[in-house]
Amino acid sequence: MTTVEEVLGLGDDALVAAQRLAQWTARAHELEEDVALANIALDQLGAARLLLSYAGELEGAGRDEDALAYLRDDREFRNVLLVELPNGDFAVTVAKLLFLAAYQRDRYRQLAAGEDERLAGIAGKTVKESAYHLDHAALWTLRLGDGTAESHRRMQSAVDEIWPYTYELFEGNELRPGWLATVEPVLAEATLTRPDDGGWAPRGGREGRHTEHLSYLLAELQVLHRAHAGASW
Amino acid sequence: MLQRKGSICNTVMVYGNDFQTSAGDLLGEVEAAEAALREAAGRELAGEAGDAGGHDAGRHGAGDRDPGARDPGKERAGYFDRIISADQKIEPRDDMPDAYRKTLIRQIAQHAHSEIIGMQPEANWITRAPSLKRKAILLAKVQDEAGHGLYLYAAAETLGAAREELVDKLLTGRQKYSSIFNYPTLTWADVGVIGWLVDGAAIVNQVPLCRCSYGPYARAMIRICKEESFHQRQGYEILYTLAHGTPAQRELAQDAVDRWWYPSLAMFGPPDSESTHSEQSMQWKIKRFSNDDLRQRFVDMCVGQVEVLGLRLPDPALRWNPQRGAHDFTEPDYAELMRVISGDGPCNRQRMAHRRAAHADGGWVREAAAAYAAKQAGAEA
Ligand SMILES: [Fe+2]
Ligand SMILES: [Fe+2]
Repeated sequence: MTTVEEVLGLGDDALVAAQRLAQWTARAHELEEDVALANIALDQLGAARLLLSYAGELEGAGRDEDALAYLRDDREFRNVLLVELPNGDFAVTVAKLLFLAAYQRDRYRQLAAGEDERLAGIAGKTVKESAYHLDHAALWTLRLGDGTAESHRRMQSAVDEIWPYTYELFEGNELRPGWLATVEPVLAEATLTRPDDGGWAPRGGREGRHTEHLSYLLAELQVLHRAHAGASW
Repeated sequence: MLQRKGSICNTVMVYGNDFQTSAGDLLGEVEAAEAALREAAGRELAGEAGDAGGHDAGRHGAGDRDPGARDPGKERAGYFDRIISADQKIEPRDDMPDAYRKTLIRQIAQHAHSEIIGMQPEANWITRAPSLKRKAILLAKVQDEAGHGLYLYAAAETLGAAREELVDKLLTGRQKYSSIFNYPTLTWADVGVIGWLVDGAAIVNQVPLCRCSYGPYARAMIRICKEESFHQRQGYEILYTLAHGTPAQRELAQDAVDRWWYPSLAMFGPPDSESTHSEQSMQWKIKRFSNDDLRQRFVDMCVGQVEVLGLRLPDPALRWNPQRGAHDFTEPDYAELMRVISGDGPCNRQRMAHRRAAHADGGWVREAAAAYAAKQAGAEA
């Protein structure tokens, strides 16, 4: 049986990732990358809308996608911490996307073959998108890791910074070995060092215990909607 | 993703195509221009067979088929004029007067820069959009604008102007962008008004460019105008929803119309009596209507639309003039336009600082991409 919490987790991951990626708009190093990041943000947002709508239906309390996105507080969000971390420089954004997309692709692939038909339908669409996000992030990991001395330093530091947040992705699932099999060769080809396991592993997002960053992100996302209670847009 | 979305504009993909058009006539004109372009291409081929020294001479060099029969220099000069007067298209490898090339590069570059700078005022509201559907539409729209910038820089490159060079001219202030983007987007309603009035004025300005004499520019404009008409619709619908919403929403909508009306009228440029580039551009069929004609057309179009919105335009002198068959209206403050163009609008400094910062912050990424590409090329060789 699919639980509301589970679908909220998936939907909130996508929504918060979309919000972070949207913050890049008109800030990328090249127009082509502005277009690409906006595409990925749109995919994540599209997935979030489908998943939150479904979560609302499962819950049966009459909440639609907007009620769930705009009228919950940070303690009610179920996303992993990784997605709410600030964008940092482009290397941090690439590291976040690489790790997230590799996980989302495998998670959606699993759900696409799962018993919940509704979820399987959504995941069948989003799994293809995640595969594209993964390609895009992997390509940039290579370019930055194996580019200049500066880009190598930045990419390595981004991987080191984000790696501890990846453990939380695998709470309640068996996807980590497959994920490592995707991510490790990319890091190796990019001449980057894969961080050691066994260190710091922050968690709590799935239970609504987030970083300090999420409340600011939601303040921005929700400010206008909340200022006009009950209005249509 | 780019590959997947193909040739349909993103705003349509996210938005659908399910409500009444407010720019239907203009879209019809874009389609007519597209048909004319195809027809002209057919004529051109037919003409080529019977006239080896004519159109063909410019394309492949005089004498390609008929060596020594004509004076190549004279042939080329005549060729450009014939193409212009026959309403056919000049193509990248054709001979063209230097001044024509320079005028086009300047105009296309400034248009491209406007698309890029124009992303900022709307991107300002993406993270705060009041519903997820609106957020998706706005994100797709701003992404379309980046795409417009890309098509236009590509069109300028066909004239021999490198994109880096043009971007550098923007960053160093040697080339301008549309002054409208130097006004701030203070509320969500501004996003609606930008779609309705700013994209609307852009369409009125740009539809005639779909028949511009330079082929790559005309083709880029056809594609852009189709997308702009969806942008205009989404803006109009935002405003319609606000104007028919709560009293507070209605107030947001009217306030935004009040602030953007005159700057939108100024988008058509100085009045004809003071416009410097117009006459030559008209002769070359780069420009086809005067600033004042286009401005009038825009006003006449907006009057009906604002009634449907249930809002008012902030012009007490606005009224139908049956003698002229057009609306009389108050001209925008051209002194203000000149101040904004020369750099003293509310947001000139902010927009340029943002663009320069994005470019500078991305320097190490561009260097990395170039270094990686060079390594890959070296490994293959
Ligand atoms: Fe545009
Ligand atoms: Fe537009």
